[in-house]
Amino acid sequence: MTLSGIIIRWGDIVNKYLELFLTFLKIGAFTFGGGYAMIPLIQREVCENKKWLTEDDILEVVAIAESTPGPIAINAATFVGSRTAGTFGAFCATLGVVLPSFVIISLISFVLKAFQESKAVQYAFMGIRAGVLALILKAVYTMFKAAKKHVVSYVIMAAALILTAFLKIDAVYVIIGCGIFGLVWSLIFRKEQNDDPD
Amino acid sequence: MILIELFLTFLKIGAFTFGGGYAMLPLIQSEVERHGWLTQAEVVDFIAVSESTPGPLAINMATFIGIRTGGVLGALCATLGVVMPSFVIILIVAKFYEKFRRSRAVDGVMYGLRPAVIGLIGAAFLSVGRTVCFPNGFQSSVFSDVRLWVSIAVFALAAVLAFKKLHPIVIILISAVIGIIAGYVFGMQI
Repeated sequence: MTLSGIIIRWGDIVNKYLELFLTFLKIGAFTFGGGYAMIPLIQREVCENKKWLTEDDILEVVAIAESTPGPIAINAATFVGSRTAGTFGAFCATLGVVLPSFVIISLISFVLKAFQESKAVQYAFMGIRAGVLALILKAVYTMFKAAKKHVVSYVIMAAALILTAFLKIDAVYVIIGCGIFGLVWSLIFRKEQNDDPD
Repeated sequence: MILIELFLTFLKIGAFTFGGGYAMLPLIQSEVERHGWLTQAEVVDFIAVSESTPGPLAINMATFIGIRTGGVLGALCATLGVVMPSFVIILIVAKFYEKFRRSRAVDGVMYGLRPAVIGLIGAAFLSVGRTVCFPNGFQSSVFSDVRLWVSIAVFALAAVLAFKKLHPIVIILISAVIGIIAGYVFGMQI
């Protein structure tokens, strides 16, 4: 390979990293609510515009983001970055998706601090807290509706709710316990994957 | 040392959140309470701020709590902590993802976790509900407090709007406006 060839190749690689960073910067800056709200944007940018991944890959991204710990947005960015341009690509994509949040929230926290003694702001947050309660209810309802409904899943839901809300067990232990329970139950009583009776 | 504490706490939150966003709430609530970093009411305020600004909820919350407790460096540590487990795990999974997708162990663990997350968010709903309705604890005098009835009215309206699929930002804005109007009309003490 000639020197100019090497330089062009290097340019391509650097371009790819920069493109990943900028694409995910844009995704991070324009998604409100994070997580699932981000998937359609990722799809448009990564599949339709850049053609880095196919539509099937995106479904794969969602499935994997859901079954690994951590924020869905970070999982998706890391996965897309890694599949497109390796570990450093993953780093660029993740940095891109985090940066807008980080900067915007830092600025807002200073603004809020300056106004937090104001009566109007306190009244506003009194109303907002009740509004947020409704948003959480909606989130629970949406997830409940999408969940597979069978006896075992109802029992786990109820157990997690009661253990956390009323018996004040740390959420971490509830998660570990339910994960182990799911694994043991599946190995003993479920013959194949996804053979859940409805 | 607050910076290390922030990093480790959010590392734990990042490692044990499945499903993102609201699934993180019970963990944040219990950690924040344990460390005495914020009041439960402040946590709810942060949810609202996180919902009304772009970016993943988890990152917004980590940055916000980090900056309040440890300044800009604190925000950096908290955000780094919450991102790290995802980043490392996904890098590993991306290499073996055919195996990961077919793994019976992963499928089994998720069989237990998916419904657990719903129960956990349900628990967060109850505890946020307590913070909203009885901010100063439950006393019999609370029912004569106009604040409780304003909160319930805003909640009911916001719930209807949320189920009509109005955007969360619009719902938060409407709730804020009602809060301000009711606050001045009733001359509430906060």
